[in-house]
Amino acid sequence: MLSYLKPSQVISIFLFLFIILFSFASLAISQDTETIEEIIADSVNIFIPTTATDVVAVDHVYDCGEAVDVSWTLSTDDEKIGEYKILRAGEGSPDFVQVGVVLPGNFSFIDKSVESGQSYIYKIAAVYNGNAVESEPSNIVIPDTEPVNWNLLNLFLIGLLIAGAVIYLISHAKSGKKLFIRKIAGLEAIDEAIGRATEMGRPILFIPGINDMDDVQTIAGITLLGRVAKVVADYDIKINMPVARSLVMTTARETIREAYIGAGRPDAYSDDMVRYITDEQFGYVAAVDGIMVREKPATCFYLGAFFAESLILAETGNSIGAIQIAGTAMPAQLPFFVAACDYTLIGEELIAASDYLSGEPRQLGSLKGQDVGKLLAMIALIIGVLSITIADAWGVDFFVWLSDKMDAMFTIQN
Amino acid sequence: MSDIGLILSIGVIVVGLLWLTIRSLTGREVERRIIFLFIGISVAIPLLFNITVSEKATPIVKGIYDKVENLPSGSKILISFDYGPSMAPEVEPMSDAFLRHALAKGHKVFIMGLWATGQSLGAAAVDKIVKPEFPDKVDGVDYINIGYKAGNQGVLNVIITDFRKMYATDVNGVDLDSVEIFENIRSLKDMDLILCVGGGFPGIKEWVLFAADPGNIPLAGGSAAVATPLLYPYYPKQLIGLLGGIKGAAEYESEMKKNYPRFADMPTPGLNMMGPQTLAHMVVMAFIVIGNLSFFFAKRRKK
Amino acid sequence: MKRQVPVLITFIVGTVLILSVFFPPAERLGEDFSIFFDIIAVFAFFLGGGNLLRIHFGKVYQKREDWGFSIVTLCGFAIMMMAGLFKLWNPGGIAADVAAPGSLFQLMYDWIFNPLGASMYSLLAFYVASASYRAFRAKNIDATILLIAAFVILLGRTPLGMYVTSWVPESFSILQIPNLAIWIMVSPNLAGQRAIMIGIALGVVSMSLRLILGVERTYLGVDNE
Repeated sequence: MLSYLKPSQVISIFLFLFIILFSFASLAISQDTETIEEIIADSVNIFIPTTATDVVAVDHVYDCGEAVDVSWTLSTDDEKIGEYKILRAGEGSPDFVQVGVVLPGNFSFIDKSVESGQSYIYKIAAVYNGNAVESEPSNIVIPDTEPVNWNLLNLFLIGLLIAGAVIYLISHAKSGKKLFIRKIAGLEAIDEAIGRATEMGRPILFIPGINDMDDVQTIAGITLLGRVAKVVADYDIKINMPVARSLVMTTARETIREAYIGAGRPDAYSDDMVRYITDEQFGYVAAVDGIMVREKPATCFYLGAFFAESLILAETGNSIGAIQIAGTAMPAQLPFFVAACDYTLIGEELIAASDYLSGEPRQLGSLKGQDVGKLLAMIALIIGVLSITIADAWGVDFFVWLSDKMDAMFTIQN
Repeated sequence: MSDIGLILSIGVIVVGLLWLTIRSLTGREVERRIIFLFIGISVAIPLLFNITVSEKATPIVKGIYDKVENLPSGSKILISFDYGPSMAPEVEPMSDAFLRHALAKGHKVFIMGLWATGQSLGAAAVDKIVKPEFPDKVDGVDYINIGYKAGNQGVLNVIITDFRKMYATDVNGVDLDSVEIFENIRSLKDMDLILCVGGGFPGIKEWVLFAADPGNIPLAGGSAAVATPLLYPYYPKQLIGLLGGIKGAAEYESEMKKNYPRFADMPTPGLNMMGPQTLAHMVVMAFIVIGNLSFFFAKRRKK
Repeated sequence: MKRQVPVLITFIVGTVLILSVFFPPAERLGEDFSIFFDIIAVFAFFLGGGNLLRIHFGKVYQKREDWGFSIVTLCGFAIMMMAGLFKLWNPGGIAADVAAPGSLFQLMYDWIFNPLGASMYSLLAFYVASASYRAFRAKNIDATILLIAAFVILLGRTPLGMYVTSWVPESFSILQIPNLAIWIMVSPNLAGQRAIMIGIALGVVSMSLRLILGVERTYLGVDNE
C-alpha cells in the first residue's frame, strides 16, 4: 500500500504517528509521575513528629489562682511541625480538652482559664498535617491564691517613697514655714479675666472637660470652679456651665451653691447655672459652640480633660473675642489650647492650681512633695541614661550591672 | 472632561493663594472665612475627581499587620469600637481593615465597645463586612458582638478577671455560656490580641493602663490623628503598633491589597482620603507662609 | 456629717483600690467598687435627662429667647427615646437588639446622628488651618524652629514628602521628609511629652493623696480648712 504513496507522504504519516505515540507516552509517563508524587505525598503525610517532652505545669505566681504556667521541651522535629496544642484535663479525668495553641518554637503557655483550688494535668500535642502526637502528661497542679504580689515590690517602694514625701511635707507644712512656689501666669490671670466679664456685663463660661468625676482632671477643674464661683458670687456675674456628665452636674451645682452661701447670697444661686447637655462628645461641642455664639461670654474657662473638641471650643471662643484660660493634662490637646487661648495651664499646673490659689500650707506642702518625686525621676533618668550609654558603648561591667538593675527597678512584671 | 475640571479647580486654588500672597505683602491679614473656603475646596476637589495616592506601610503599621498575620489561625482577637459617628470617617477604615484581615486569616473575632456608640458601629461593621464578604462565618462561632457596657475603664477593671461579671449576653440577647466562641473564655487575658480603635476617652490609653499592662495581653490599635502623639510613648513596648490617623489606615489597606488577592477590589476609604489630606496639607502650608509674610511686612511698616 | 461621710467613703475606696494592686485577694473588692461606680453613673443618666427636660420645658413655657431651639431639642430627645425604648419599626420586635438593622433607632442613628457628628468633627480641619495660620509665626528663634518642624510634619504626613525627597540616598534616609517627620514625633516630641506626662503622673499621685486624706475638699463644695 505504501507503494501508492510518495516518499514525502510516507514520511509525513510516520511523523504524524510518531507525534501521536509520543504524546500518549508522555501523558502516560506524566500520569505515572503524578502517581509517584502522590505516593511521596502520602508517605510525607504519615510522617510522625517526635513529641514534646518534660511538660511541667506550675501555679502562676501572685494571682488569685487564675492561671497556670505550662512549659515543655520542644519536639526534635520542631521546625517541621505546624503547631503545638495545649491540652488539659481535671485530675483523674481521661478527657483532655484543648485550651490553647502556640506556633513552633514556643515552649511555654499561660493557661488563664483555670479555677482556683481545682487540680489539673496537661499534655502537649505536636501537630503535623492534622496528625497530633501527644506528650506524656505533666505533673498535677493546683492553682492557688497568693496573699501578696511580690512582683510589684518595686512599684510599691517607688509609690511609698513619693507618697511618703507628699504626706511628710503636708504634715511638715503645718509648722507654718513659708514655702516658695513659682508664679503661674494662667492662675494669676483668673481674677483679671473675671474682672473683664464684670466690666463688660457679659457672662462667664466654665467648661470642666468631658470626662466624669472619676478623672482627676475633672476634680481639678471643679476645685478651680470653687475659687471662680466665689469671685463670681461676690461680683454678681452670670456664670454658665454646660456639662457632659450628670455626676459632674450635681457636683458642680453643690460647689457653686456653697460658694454663693459663703458669699452670703444664697438667693442669687440658681440650679440653671449648671446644665446637662449630652454625654456625646460632638453633640456637646455643638451645643457649647451655639451657647458661645449666642451669648458671647466675656471669659471662657476650659479646665479639665479634653480631646478632639479642644480646638473647636477654643477657636470658637477666639472668634467671639473672649479672654480664654485653658488647662488640661491631655498632652495632645495642649498645643491647640496654646495656639488659641490667652493662658494655658500645662498638665500638672492644672492639678496644682487649687493648692496654689488656696495658699493653704498643707496643700502647698503636697506640691513640695510632688517636687521630691520629680527630683527622684530626674536622678533616675540621669543614672539610667548614663549607665545604659556607657554599658552599650564600652561594656564596663559595673554600668552593665547598673543598667540591668535600673531596668528591673522600673519594669512592672505581671 | 474631568481632567479639565481638575486642572481648573487646582488652578483656582493656586491663583487664589497667589492673590492672597500678594495681598499679604502689604501686611494685611487673611480673614478666617477665606481660610475655611480654601480648605473646603482643597478637601472637596480630590473627592470629586477621585484622586488617590499610593502608600507604603511604615514599621509602626507593619507591626500590627504582621502580628495578625503570624498568629495561628483560630486565634482570639478582640476589636473594641471606642469611637462615635463623629470620628468614624477617620477611624472606621481602621476597624474595617482589622475586621477583614482577622476574618480572612481565620481568627475568632470578638467585638465590643467602651463607647455607647461603639455598639451600633460594631453591628454596622458586621452587616457591612462580615455578612456580605464572609458568608461562611457564623455568628457565635467565628465572631460575636458583645456590645457596650457603661463604666469606661471600670469595665476593663472587671472583664480583665471575668467577662461574665459584666456581660451576660451578646447584643442579640444570646447567653454567652451557650455560644461556642465563648467556650474556654473567661477574661480578657484569654485573648491573643486586642485591637482598640478610638481617639478619645476611654480609648487606647485606657486599654494599655487597665488591660494590656496588668493582664500582659498583646495590644495594638488605631487612633484619630489628633490623639496619636499621646500614644507614641507606649510604642513599641506596650503597643505592638499604631495606625495614626487616616494615613495609618491607608498604609494598612495598601498592605492588605498587596498580600491578599481577594482584597484587590475591596473598598479603600483610607487610601481614597489621602488625596484630600495631601492637598489640604499643602494649602495649610501655603497659609502659614502667607501668615508669615503679612507678619513681616506689617512689622516693617510699623518700623 | 454631710462633709465627713463623702471624705470617709473616698478614704476607704481609695485605700482599697491601692491595696488591690499589691494584694491579689483584694482584687475582687477593687472590681466591686468599680461596679458600684458604674451603677451610680447609670442612675445619674436620669438626673441628666431630667435636668435637660426641665430646663428646655421651662424655656418653651416662658417663651424665653431662642425657645424654638428648645422645641427641636425636646422633639429629638423624645423621638430617639421612644424609638429606643419601644423598639419602633424593629423587624425583630420588642425582644430584638435595639440597634437591629431597619429599626427606627438604627435608621435615625445612621442617617441623622452619624452625619451630624461627622460634620462637627470635620470642623477640626478648618480650625486647624486657621489656628496654624495664626500660631506659626517666626517671631523669634523658638517659634521659627516650631514653624520648620510643622512644615516637616505636614509634608511628612502626605505621600508628597516622599516624592520631594526620594532622591536622597538610602544612607541618608533620615533626611527624607517622612522619616524626618517620624523622628520629630518619636524623639524631640516624645521627650517633651514624656516630661509632661511624668509631671502629670506625679500631680495625680499628689492630688489623689490629698483627696484620700481629705486635705482637698473644694470639690465637695467645702472650703479647705
